[in-house]
Amino acid sequence: MKEITTASIIEKVRGMCIEANNLLPQDVSGRIRACFEEETWAPAKDTLGKLLENVDAAREKGVPICQDTGLACVFLELGQEVHIVGGNLYEAVHEGVRQGYKEGYLRKSVVADPLRRKNTGDNTPALITTDIVPGDKLTITVGPKGAGSENMSRLAMFPPAKGEKGVKDFVVETVQLAGPNPCPPIVVGVGIGGNFDKVALLAKKALMRSTEARNSDEYYAAMEIELLERINKLGIGPQGFGGRTTALAVNIEACPTHIACLPVAVNINCHVTRHVKAAL
Amino acid sequence: MEIKRITAPITREAAKSLRSGDSVLLSGEIYTARDAAHGRLVELLDKGEKLPIDIKDTVIYYVGPTPAKPGEVIGSAGPTTSYRMDAYAPRLIELGMTGMIGKGKRSGEVIESMKKHGAVYLGAIGGAAALIAKCVTACELVCYEDLGSEAIRKLTVKDFPLTVVIDSLGVNLYETGVKEYLASVKN
Repeated sequence: MKEITTASIIEKVRGMCIEANNLLPQDVSGRIRACFEEETWAPAKDTLGKLLENVDAAREKGVPICQDTGLACVFLELGQEVHIVGGNLYEAVHEGVRQGYKEGYLRKSVVADPLRRKNTGDNTPALITTDIVPGDKLTITVGPKGAGSENMSRLAMFPPAKGEKGVKDFVVETVQLAGPNPCPPIVVGVGIGGNFDKVALLAKKALMRSTEARNSDEYYAAMEIELLERINKLGIGPQGFGGRTTALAVNIEACPTHIACLPVAVNINCHVTRHVKAAL
Repeated sequence: MEIKRITAPITREAAKSLRSGDSVLLSGEIYTARDAAHGRLVELLDKGEKLPIDIKDTVIYYVGPTPAKPGEVIGSAGPTTSYRMDAYAPRLIELGMTGMIGKGKRSGEVIESMKKHGAVYLGAIGGAAALIAKCVTACELVCYEDLGSEAIRKLTVKDFPLTVVIDSLGVNLYETGVKEYLASVKN
């Protein structure tokens, strides 16, 4: 049994919140740079250049890339050999978020109730998802998620007869309907299978994967590439002003489902797709 | 491409002279307001009370900045998605607001109001928040401090780079830009 203290979790999450918001992951900035090189439409190329400049400015000044520093989505993979000591695991995560958002001068974007809408003032609670896994490590992924793109996300409960075509058309339609709103170029997280709640989580988890890593199942890896090509023929372009670069990547996660179900969820993320991962 | 320099507040005439697709550099004084602040402004209007800002010729920037670090004027300050202010914008345009800065689509109702009264919708680059912050030279709290990031602030900006998305004729770059690009790929 390995012991991990809540103090070390607080400290880790605190730092990860700041890092995630100020430094764009290499894979995402790499995709923006590659699209900048490939983009032939002048206004689109210009906009992509500005996005790269912005990433540099944020890193140099130590400030957030985007003012929407998001809901703190925290994924925990808790090894079953780990014993958490010193307090409550979830309270430690919330405390890490609280400290990180205060000390990092990050925006407090959480309201305590969806209808009465009073700001909690410290960006808590974090949205925590836990998986129990083999081993003696606690792996933490922090993915601050902005709302402009979150609001453009959709979910459908299709009958199985809709099949592969129905799923693919739904993904492309979701991007088309979103248009300029989610700050393209976007990253498209797709969940397929499970049930109503599971499929949304799959789509969110898909966004935590590197934009350069394709699904390990060749069938879905090919679908990711095909969907990215279709999306980049829509013409929406960076910021919706026209151009090739509408999406940087499509990441799909699939899982078993019911004989009567074909759930699909599309979770859209902006070009500031943030995810940092660390293990204790 | 020619870049137009404009100064805020923006008169009706100046707003009407801008064309969809124009690149502009905006300097002068603008106000920040997003969801919650708009709700309060319209609530005041519903009660027949006076607004806390002079809305005539005013430009409102849809933004909720991050807190300023010590020694900085403002934190990161990119635009938020504008359609959430669509329910409120026509009321303010009627009262004299001439410009809105944001990103993303607007409703038919907002566009009709812009055409009727002469107002312009300017797009800032969504997500370019650290870069945009460099254009803000002063930031002063005006009201609704309890809203935190959503409070109304007066910003002084210098050479804030913007694109005219929808002009006072209702021409929309989100439609024309995509069409032009797609036509260029077909040929």
